[in-house]
Amino acid sequence: MANWIINNGFPAVMVVVWMTLNTFLFVWYYLYYDQDESFYYTRHLLGSALAWARAPAAVLNFNCMLILLPVCRNLLSLIRGSFVCCSRTMRKQLDQNLTFHKLVAYMIALMTAVHTVAHLLNLEWLNNSKLGLYDELSTALSRLEDERNETFLNPLQHIDADPQQRPTHFAFTSIAGLTGVLITLSLILIITSSMEVIRRSYFEVFWYTHHLFIVFFIGLVFHGYGRIVRSLQDEPLHNTTLCKDRPDDWGKVPECPIPQFAGKEPGTWKWVIGPMIIYVCERVLRFIRYMQAVQYRKIVMHPSKVLELQLRKKGFKMEVGQYVFLNCPSISQLEWHPFTMTSAPEEDFFSVHIRSAGDWTDKLIDVMQKLPEGEQGPKMGVDGPFGTASEDVFDYEVSMLVGAGIGVTPFASIMKSIWYKFKESDPKLRTRKIYFYWLCRETHAFEWFADLLQVLEKEMEERGLGDFLTYKLFLTGWDQGHTNQVIVHFDEDTDVVTGLKQKTHYGRPNWDKEFDQVRKENPASVVGTFLCGPAALAKVLEKKCAKYSDVDPRKTKFYFNKENF
Amino acid sequence: MGKIEWAMWANEQALAAGLILLTGGIVGVAGQFRGWEFASYAIAAGFFVCMLEYPRSKRAKGTSVERTGQYCFTVCVKAFGPVTRNYYVRAFLHAALCVPGGFMLATVLGCVCLGIASLIYLAAAVRGEHWEPILPRKDTRKPVAESIKSPPQNPPPRPPPEIRRKQAKDVEGAAYDNPIAVTDE
Repeated sequence: MANWIINNGFPAVMVVVWMTLNTFLFVWYYLYYDQDESFYYTRHLLGSALAWARAPAAVLNFNCMLILLPVCRNLLSLIRGSFVCCSRTMRKQLDQNLTFHKLVAYMIALMTAVHTVAHLLNLEWLNNSKLGLYDELSTALSRLEDERNETFLNPLQHIDADPQQRPTHFAFTSIAGLTGVLITLSLILIITSSMEVIRRSYFEVFWYTHHLFIVFFIGLVFHGYGRIVRSLQDEPLHNTTLCKDRPDDWGKVPECPIPQFAGKEPGTWKWVIGPMIIYVCERVLRFIRYMQAVQYRKIVMHPSKVLELQLRKKGFKMEVGQYVFLNCPSISQLEWHPFTMTSAPEEDFFSVHIRSAGDWTDKLIDVMQKLPEGEQGPKMGVDGPFGTASEDVFDYEVSMLVGAGIGVTPFASIMKSIWYKFKESDPKLRTRKIYFYWLCRETHAFEWFADLLQVLEKEMEERGLGDFLTYKLFLTGWDQGHTNQVIVHFDEDTDVVTGLKQKTHYGRPNWDKEFDQVRKENPASVVGTFLCGPAALAKVLEKKCAKYSDVDPRKTKFYFNKENF
Repeated sequence: MGKIEWAMWANEQALAAGLILLTGGIVGVAGQFRGWEFASYAIAAGFFVCMLEYPRSKRAKGTSVERTGQYCFTVCVKAFGPVTRNYYVRAFLHAALCVPGGFMLATVLGCVCLGIASLIYLAAAVRGEHWEPILPRKDTRKPVAESIKSPPQNPPPRPPPEIRRKQAKDVEGAAYDNPIAVTDE
């Protein structure tokens, strides 16, 4: 339990605070519209559906304000950097921006559903009131129109359509109705194209459809301009208790003047204008960064369709394990894709290793392959760098780095940086020990990384620092062919697959054994576990971290960090 | 957007549309709206669309992710053969199903969403996609390799009986030279 608090306490608190605010807003506005005197006549026409429509509207305002913020990656980077105290815990939680964005989106969807259903009921009842199907008071209230000295209460005015079509007619001709239909439709399209299946396989559909949020926000701001939710005004003073049973006397008796109604000023813009401006700034910043010139230092095609790009950009400063967004206008004008950098900050260039994983990456690899020797590549826009949990790796005395497949990329950057820092004996390096676990299905992917490990291996041996880095490579996709090879070469010094001194393990790691070993070798230490890989592995590691951690400061504590892509 | 299988998105959109149509229909009937007959139609149509769209198709390229418990639906949908396999049929079916939803407000949103799904299915059909059931894989055992024929007929070579008796009492004296080489040179 205590370990769960250490690792998940802060996001849990955030979610609880957010839900509390949602509940508070819902209940507050529900009670306001359900009990306030000025809505007495409105409630007479609409019943509790009025409150059921307005309460989710308030929650929607709040959540539409929040939804833009987690995706302002430059803003988040700024906040991350400014946390000097509690830096480790705070920075970890800001990684969960996408999870929060999705949570807020679900709430928006749910509230939209409640709001829409309530308004469907409202329109039906307003229609019936207008047709005089209810009691005398309803008919009298519905007859009030925007002429003579009257103001209307029932917004269904002067509709010459068939009674069944009146609500539809109103929905498509009033500001509130039309914007409502538009934004609900945009929301549905955004949600269906954001389902995991679509997002992971067809990123372009997801990305382009998601831009319907622009339609959503414009519609949202104008949604309330019709001022159709109306309340009884104070001037002239109309006493509802006295006058509700005598609608025929309104205007004829001094204590019951004709009731005047007015709608509230549209308020949504006050909620969303701030985040909209912040988001616009975010996009402008991305554009500025895109316009900055990027030169190619080197382009390397590695086996297994992995492309390495070494780039230079003026004023570009990075830290270990950070990622950048790349945009190539000749392939696609609007798409920005994230890639973790594989170079160390100590180098005078930055590099990315790009694997073939979809339309955009395939086209990029294709373009680079067709490029003649020594020529500059196509224009590339670079936004970033953005920080992730990997930055924290040097703050821990002991680090366990787990990379699965191409997920090893942030660790490539870290290991190179270690190499440089060690050469310069950088005092900022708090780390005394690193355990690196690389899980991979096939051997080809090893080759471009094997060079780096070979260099590190040599350097460490030369300086007598074999202890600093312990790495274990796990080949999870082995077959009979591999086994035969290993049997034949088993007594050789270097590994048959990688050419490294440390032998390749076959199959998946036994995490209990690994964590136990780390715990034994490092008592009374704080161990940071970093993973870049599939969610299933994250669950396993998270469990093991919790299992092997101890709140007792004299024993080992494991913290779990996950980079999400 | 070269490699996209439009049917995957059409499927998500159609399932969502089915649910929205169903919800709108329930509201229309429960609230006894004017035109509730259209609402009751929407409940039936929404339910039918959900049943039809729940099983995901097998992707032409890449791994297909099933929806939970979709196997029974897959079997039902597969039983209709070419009618459910072809996306032109689905596109026109959805277009036809959505029309009555336009006649009352509660079901209009479902109608529009289903219409959009129908258009995306049309795009999928034009690109030659079709629905394939995701069926559980039958693991075929690899055929036994050539070298493994029948088990050995003869027992392994053993020393003659008098040496075997000696082995029991005197290990050193029991040592002998094998007539056939047994070490790997």
